[in-house]
Amino acid sequence: MSIKEADRVLPVTAGASDPTRERRSVMRPSRFKQYEPVVIGTLSVVLALAVWQLVANARIWSVLFVPGPWDVAQAFVKLFQTGDIWLDIGTSGAEIGIGYGMAVVAGLALGLLMGWYTRFQYALDPFVNFFYSTPRIVLIPLFILWFGIEMQPKIAVIFLGALFPIIINTMAGVRNTEAALLRVARSFGASDALIFRRVVLPGSVPFILTGFRLGVGHALTGVVVGELIAAKHGVGQLIAIAGQTFQTPKMLAGVILIAGTGMLLTTILQRVENRFQSWRPQIR
Amino acid sequence: MHDRSAKLAAKGVVIEYWLHRSHSLFTAVQGVDMEVRPGEFLAIVGPSGCGKTTFLNAVDGLIPIAGGSLTLDGRDITKPGPDRAMVFQQPGLLPWRTVLGNVIFGVEAQGSMSKSEAIARATQQIELVGLKGFEDAYPLELSGGMQQRVNLARALLTDPEMLLLDEPFAALDAQTREMMQLELLKIWSQTRKTALFITHDIKEAIYLADRVIVFTRRPGRVKEELEIKLSRPRDLRVKRDPQFLTYEDQIWESIQEELAVPAERLIAGIPAA
Repeated sequence: MSIKEADRVLPVTAGASDPTRERRSVMRPSRFKQYEPVVIGTLSVVLALAVWQLVANARIWSVLFVPGPWDVAQAFVKLFQTGDIWLDIGTSGAEIGIGYGMAVVAGLALGLLMGWYTRFQYALDPFVNFFYSTPRIVLIPLFILWFGIEMQPKIAVIFLGALFPIIINTMAGVRNTEAALLRVARSFGASDALIFRRVVLPGSVPFILTGFRLGVGHALTGVVVGELIAAKHGVGQLIAIAGQTFQTPKMLAGVILIAGTGMLLTTILQRVENRFQSWRPQIR
Repeated sequence: MHDRSAKLAAKGVVIEYWLHRSHSLFTAVQGVDMEVRPGEFLAIVGPSGCGKTTFLNAVDGLIPIAGGSLTLDGRDITKPGPDRAMVFQQPGLLPWRTVLGNVIFGVEAQGSMSKSEAIARATQQIELVGLKGFEDAYPLELSGGMQQRVNLARALLTDPEMLLLDEPFAALDAQTREMMQLELLKIWSQTRKTALFITHDIKEAIYLADRVIVFTRRPGRVKEELEIKLSRPRDLRVKRDPQFLTYEDQIWESIQEELAVPAERLIAGIPAA
């Protein structure tokens, strides 16, 4: 049906509906509609890569300044062929695993306590605000002084980076418990422990998971910047050395490795978040 | 001391609370004297802001009283207990729990029933309130009327001696409200629980209750009591009964008098008590 035809006012007859008319509201979404986000997203990435490749192929600037996507891909493959990369990935992975894991445990505990006990929040608020408004990266020189250039300073900076978004979001989740739900629970004589477990905690889950997701970003920044400054091994250090030795494709391959890790972790947490939100009606 | 025949007895009940914003003491209820007889359905009506909901919260034990006495079966009410259950104006359902999970929440909070027993009984209760087939639905998937049915079922499952209802149908559309009133009457006639029902809807009060109490404007007191001598079971036709209309007029005028008071006092320059 053309636009002109659709514009024409169709006579409305009571009872019998015109079978030729489109009934948009009840139409099943087409297959394309379902995959629209993926299709359009992929197309735009492919387009961007193509433009990048064309610009690089024009060779207005040398490979050192603007390597093409193909150069980066080759560098990426080469990284894995030599096998040295595994030590770097292992080191960075361990730093993130330990630092982020500790941040999750401590952040969750502190956030819940601060949300639940007002006085505890009053006591810790100044520190949380101080550290949250400071880029924790600036503490790296101090951590190097304390812990040397092994994994510990990176773990410390990852921990501090991820800790505060987790604390703040967890606390907000507890604080945002609906007053009406608390009243219902109290009216039925629920103990504080039951209110915490059955009302406050489940209600905070979306906030907590958002905190975890924000924490991932901070953790990745922490590991890369930490290794840029001083490290023996690690993906951040690989990026630093490649950059300083003019191996731009290799450097960008390292960047892609970090970015990919971040996207993967965020997607996993997003999936977990969706699982916990299955009670929310679908908007579309 | 107290009347043996009363289920709930209020004598000179005063309820005050502190307003943080204006740093002043606010008297919501000033000297309420009333009784609810066992098995009776009593409705309280009054102008909005007259303290009727506050009074009900005190009966539930959610807020303390500042003066007088408030007793259930002769015992002072100091905190919520399993002998009372509230049906709230806002359903207050846990959005992450299904209908079944929400219905058992009351007994779960009280710790009065094993989980398997609670689920078995909740299933019957859900059927009683007309939600059979919706056990696994989430609150956000339900209409306002259905959410209030869950709210009611949750209270009924605790098997209280007294049911407290705080304008449970106020937020519903007119048709759903009438249907819910009818359903409530049906359920109440099966259980015959003592019920204290708060509403600002005069018709609703007369339609449901054995007795209607009119509150004065704030600070609330009992202004008038009215026995509703309409035969049960009642259906919607009773709302056109001449006697029903007489009651309605009487209560309406009583409330109008209350609404008129502040204006006259303002004119006379007498500060509101």
